[in-house]
Amino acid sequence: MRVELDSGADVIEHIDFSLAPGEILGLVGESGSGKTTLATALLAHARRGARINGGRVSVAGTDLLALDGEALRRARGGLIGYVAQDPALALNPAIRIGKLLLETLQAHEPGLDRAAREQRLAQTLADVGLPGEREFLRRFPHQLSGGQQQRVMLALAFVLRPKLIVLDEPTTALDVGTRAHILATVRRLCKEQGVAAVYVSHDLGVIKDLVDRVMVMYAGRIVEVASRERLFSRPGHPYTLGLLAAIPEVGRQRVLRAIAGHAPAPGQRPAGCAFAPRCPRRSAACSAIEPALQGLDGVQQVACLHPQLIAVPEEEIAPVQVVHQARTPLLELRGLNLSYDRQVLFDLSLDVHRGECLAVVGESGSGKTSLARTLAGLGDGGVGALSFDGQPLSLMARKRDAATRHRIQYIFQNPYRALNPRQSIGQCLQAPLEHFFGLKGAACRARIDAALARVALPAETAAKYPHHLSGGERQRVAIARALVCEPEVLICDEVTSALDVSVQAAILALLRELQAEGMTLVFVTHDLGVVRTIADRIVVVKDGRIIEQGGTAEVLDRPGTEYVKGLVAQAKFQR
Amino acid sequence: MPEPIRTSRLPAWLPWFIGRLGYGLLTAWVISLVVFIATQALPSDPARVILGPEAPLESILTLRQQLGLDRPILVQYFSWLAQVLRGDLGISLDSAQPVAGLLFIRFGNTLALLLGVLMVVLPLALTIGVGLALRRDSRLDRWGLATLIVLKATPGYLIAIGLVLLFSMPHFDLLPAVSLIDPDRPLWRQLDYLALPVFALSLSALPYLARLVRASMIEALDSDYVGAARLRGVPQWRLVWCHTLPNALVPAIQGVALTLRTLIGGALLAEVVFSYPGIGTLLNSAIQMRDLPLIQGAVLVITLGVVLVNLLADLLTVLLTPKLRTARRASLIQRNRRGIQSWWRRPAAKAP
Repeated sequence: MRVELDSGADVIEHIDFSLAPGEILGLVGESGSGKTTLATALLAHARRGARINGGRVSVAGTDLLALDGEALRRARGGLIGYVAQDPALALNPAIRIGKLLLETLQAHEPGLDRAAREQRLAQTLADVGLPGEREFLRRFPHQLSGGQQQRVMLALAFVLRPKLIVLDEPTTALDVGTRAHILATVRRLCKEQGVAAVYVSHDLGVIKDLVDRVMVMYAGRIVEVASRERLFSRPGHPYTLGLLAAIPEVGRQRVLRAIAGHAPAPGQRPAGCAFAPRCPRRSAACSAIEPALQGLDGVQQVACLHPQLIAVPEEEIAPVQVVHQARTPLLELRGLNLSYDRQVLFDLSLDVHRGECLAVVGESGSGKTSLARTLAGLGDGGVGALSFDGQPLSLMARKRDAATRHRIQYIFQNPYRALNPRQSIGQCLQAPLEHFFGLKGAACRARIDAALARVALPAETAAKYPHHLSGGERQRVAIARALVCEPEVLICDEVTSALDVSVQAAILALLRELQAEGMTLVFVTHDLGVVRTIADRIVVVKDGRIIEQGGTAEVLDRPGTEYVKGLVAQAKFQR
Repeated sequence: MPEPIRTSRLPAWLPWFIGRLGYGLLTAWVISLVVFIATQALPSDPARVILGPEAPLESILTLRQQLGLDRPILVQYFSWLAQVLRGDLGISLDSAQPVAGLLFIRFGNTLALLLGVLMVVLPLALTIGVGLALRRDSRLDRWGLATLIVLKATPGYLIAIGLVLLFSMPHFDLLPAVSLIDPDRPLWRQLDYLALPVFALSLSALPYLARLVRASMIEALDSDYVGAARLRGVPQWRLVWCHTLPNALVPAIQGVALTLRTLIGGALLAEVVFSYPGIGTLLNSAIQMRDLPLIQGAVLVITLGVVLVNLLADLLTVLLTPKLRTARRASLIQRNRRGIQSWWRRPAAKAP
């Protein structure tokens, strides 16, 4: 199979695989590797500006790419189902979910009578774990939680009893706990009903307990196919090895290694092996010959000239850092209450010590972001006492004086939205320098270069605009923007959740380096694996209250409350 | 976590709507106050306008006393307001007829014109917008858009005169060029007088609305939920009419309201070119004649009309958007309704 852009550049090529009924195949790759393109191409659909150019998708004997019009419509949904990434966007906001289900059923099986339809709906809803009563079916998508929405998406796919289901990162937008439940549901349904599934994900960790076989994609090619056990114990391709080394674990603190460089865009693939420029094992032959997928043994195929043939060496375990806690904390928060139209934070007290990394952990809606914003002075309507370095500090950034304001900096969750698209990186970094230190010209330039060097970006980046940069580079720029202010505290709000796993590893390593140089970090996240990697101390927030706090190893290995035990168990299940 | 939904309770949009109604009435009242004071500040004396420049001072003073113009301005305002609340808008100084009667006929004409425009422009804009959106970037779409832009750039009076040249020349006399509406006969028996004004106004309102519908249709067609429904094998006609159009309508409603608001204050184009007896020309001549009660009455009626259009558009928006309609608190409606941006238009969370 081959999909190419209007310009003629191929997005994916040389894709060849087959699936048995009931088998779950994981499709893994970084963003831009062509995995979503492949997922929709299985349904004979290509996004605007791309087209499917040759190949064959055969599901239960029907060639989808040869179909068109009415026959294709019947095959989509009936033969092969699709579950999209973000259920909040993939459910029509104006249609009740009962009507959506009925419509889907009627579009494919118009002959069904009323009783049979209702029976099928009730059965499917029970299968995916949703209540089947009439009142529930009359709800609109926004009246459901994220997990329920994704279950509705599953019901929409399974109600037609398809032969194959394509799931495109269906849990990325969900909480860890919800994610574990959804994954369990998918696995159970596929096995019970004998439905084959292709599960697309950028995170090898997520699919560890779900899939039977894994297919790793890089730059639009399959680089490795292996059974799950083999892939995790003895990955053959250096890229797979890199992905595995980048996954943070809850159980132990390991040194994450990122893959240097980034993946080529379609049309810019180098000659030979596309991964060669980033590969630690490359030889001269790698940039001359494009390796084809070759079988190592029955359960593993690798597209590499120098595949790894031995088991993965045991990873280094990072030494536990001991942070000497000074007698007075750097940031001290007492009795914070915050409400918008309802109360979000209740009587919350918190200490941050100089030089430590404090993780604020909680599920979405727990108030962890509100807490971070309040520390940064961005929260409105908070009441409480905050002191910084022994001096009282206002909860409103605009009431803080410039001399203290630059000492606390905030890095936002989504690097795609945190940078002004009309400012070059240089301008973006210059603004705080002018504002806080009155620097201009050469002095300013020197500081910008220093900040870019510190986040491992070349100095030429200053002349570029955000859209020239990848997600990881943008997040580095956002960190550089905080660094030029010469802060003592960096507040990081889920800074890696919009990034690929390997990029996340690089950003975490950078933050760790900064901390070693004396920076204090407040790291807000829902990902316990990330916490294990970076944090010295943990504060667990639930419903606006701190329910547990302590050293990272202490809290994660011996949780004191049922709630945290649950969180750790869920995180371990999916890792 | 969604809370259990109680069906027995009053919907939250009802108190919201009552609040909006209150604000609308407050707006109307403030406007009435402003207009009353502004008309008093006009640099001439209604009594002198009525009696002419030659009139002796005593008769002017007598008339001023009769009209109540010598009283303090606040007293004048409150007595006028009390009259208005009783439904009495006073007597026109110029024609000595009740203002309410004059306004009733003229405003009725304007409303008939607006209704006609709506009936022509809504189906047209929907069809053109949906049609072009479905054939996006095709030759038809490019030419259609170009035509709409040319139409938009043509001044309204040129369109109107062009229509007159087309339909009402001596050798091709299909429709009357001038709307000589007979006030004694019911309007619906003289619909031919409405045809050309309605047509001209529709043509000048059409490009904006059609392009609005096209843009919001394209946005909805590109959304994940339409893509997901397509990959579920939902038939194309259902995709367009059941999945896309209801979500694309909301911006269009605000667009229609904007068009109506401009037209309600006086569809001057039609009123001047076709001599259509609407409220715009009435207000214009009242200002020239310093006919204070008529000015005040006309402005009040126009204000109320605009307030009403706004209210209806907002109400329709809320009723057509399930998330707003089923909101649990009125404050949520306020927060979600920033301009005509729909709540689901979030920027993409991940990079493409």
